[in-house]
Amino acid sequence: MAEISLDQVENRVDITDVVCPVTFVKAKVALEELDPGDLIAVHMNDGEPVQNVPRSIKEEGHQILKLVDNQDGTYDLIVRKGEEE
Amino acid sequence: MAVDYAALKAGGFMRQKQKNTFSLRLRCVGGTVTAEQLAVIKQVADQYGHGYIHLTARQGIEIPFIKLEDIDDVKAALAKGGVEPGVCGPRVRTVTACQGGRCCPSGCIDALDIAEKLDARYFGRELPCKFKFGVTGCINNCLKMEENDFGVKGAYDVSYDEDACIHCGLCAKVCRENAITFEGDTLIFDESKCSHCGRCVKSCPTDAWKGKSAFRVFIGGTFGNHIITGKELTPLIKDEATLMRVADATIDYFATHSKKGERFGKTLERLGTDELQGILEAAAAEA
Repeated sequence: MAEISLDQVENRVDITDVVCPVTFVKAKVALEELDPGDLIAVHMNDGEPVQNVPRSIKEEGHQILKLVDNQDGTYDLIVRKGEEE
Repeated sequence: MAVDYAALKAGGFMRQKQKNTFSLRLRCVGGTVTAEQLAVIKQVADQYGHGYIHLTARQGIEIPFIKLEDIDDVKAALAKGGVEPGVCGPRVRTVTACQGGRCCPSGCIDALDIAEKLDARYFGRELPCKFKFGVTGCINNCLKMEENDFGVKGAYDVSYDEDACIHCGLCAKVCRENAITFEGDTLIFDESKCSHCGRCVKSCPTDAWKGKSAFRVFIGGTFGNHIITGKELTPLIKDEATLMRVADATIDYFATHSKKGERFGKTLERLGTDELQGILEAAAAEA
């Protein structure tokens, strides 16, 4: 698999303006608007969000492709939406 | 006829300050009570008690204000709904547990299953003093294992497969022990720091980290008047059969070394833990 970069990802959701548990909820709502296979970058803060949101997204059946460290206390998690259950 | 309070206590009937009145402790495992059991507990609380129950500090149910003359009727009524009295006094008590891996995303083991097995193996066993088992699903330790005589924490025995790794760095972010670091694209795992919490496994996008259910055991804890924190005397226990051998060896040691009325933590303060540690290591090593 070729290395994926952030500028290849069309869809974005910023969850840096909310706190747990709304962080995951906001990401989940954004994912629900996509089709299976679509890519989205979830923009999140360091600390609790980056420790817990990726795991919750994985548990929902989506595929995590990359975690980009923006070196400014934020991360972008590149996710491919999983198949509908 | 004189009332045999010791026998009643052994059968879960706790004498109340009100004359000939008892708070009946029920047998609960891991805080799990079925709807069928709840229905009969409600009926008994209404008919023989004061229309309420008390939730104990160790996930049990007590029905207060049971009259001495109703004890046999109460036992019979409860039995119809599959409810048994619990125990008090110097014996193995209620086994506590969280919901563990059955429901909780953090769970590394099926804590309720282990609690049921420990309960089936030891519940009510007569000992020099009370003896408390607890099981919690992961290292987050919601059930506070260090306050038990024998506390089991669920854990993961973790392994790393570099070929599956996309070097996203999530495992290093989620590790609370700083056991995982990256030097460029190379992952470095310092197993000596690992708490076996399994957060690397649960967060890994590609399953490069794998975890096998395991156990960490804490021995000799107690709260109450003199607080003693349970000690971990064995390395990571990697299968259930080993866990049961360690439990057997622990309870046998307690039965033969404790003085009457002496909690296990006090026994270990008196004797030290070296001898028990040797016994447990030998029990764990048996195949």
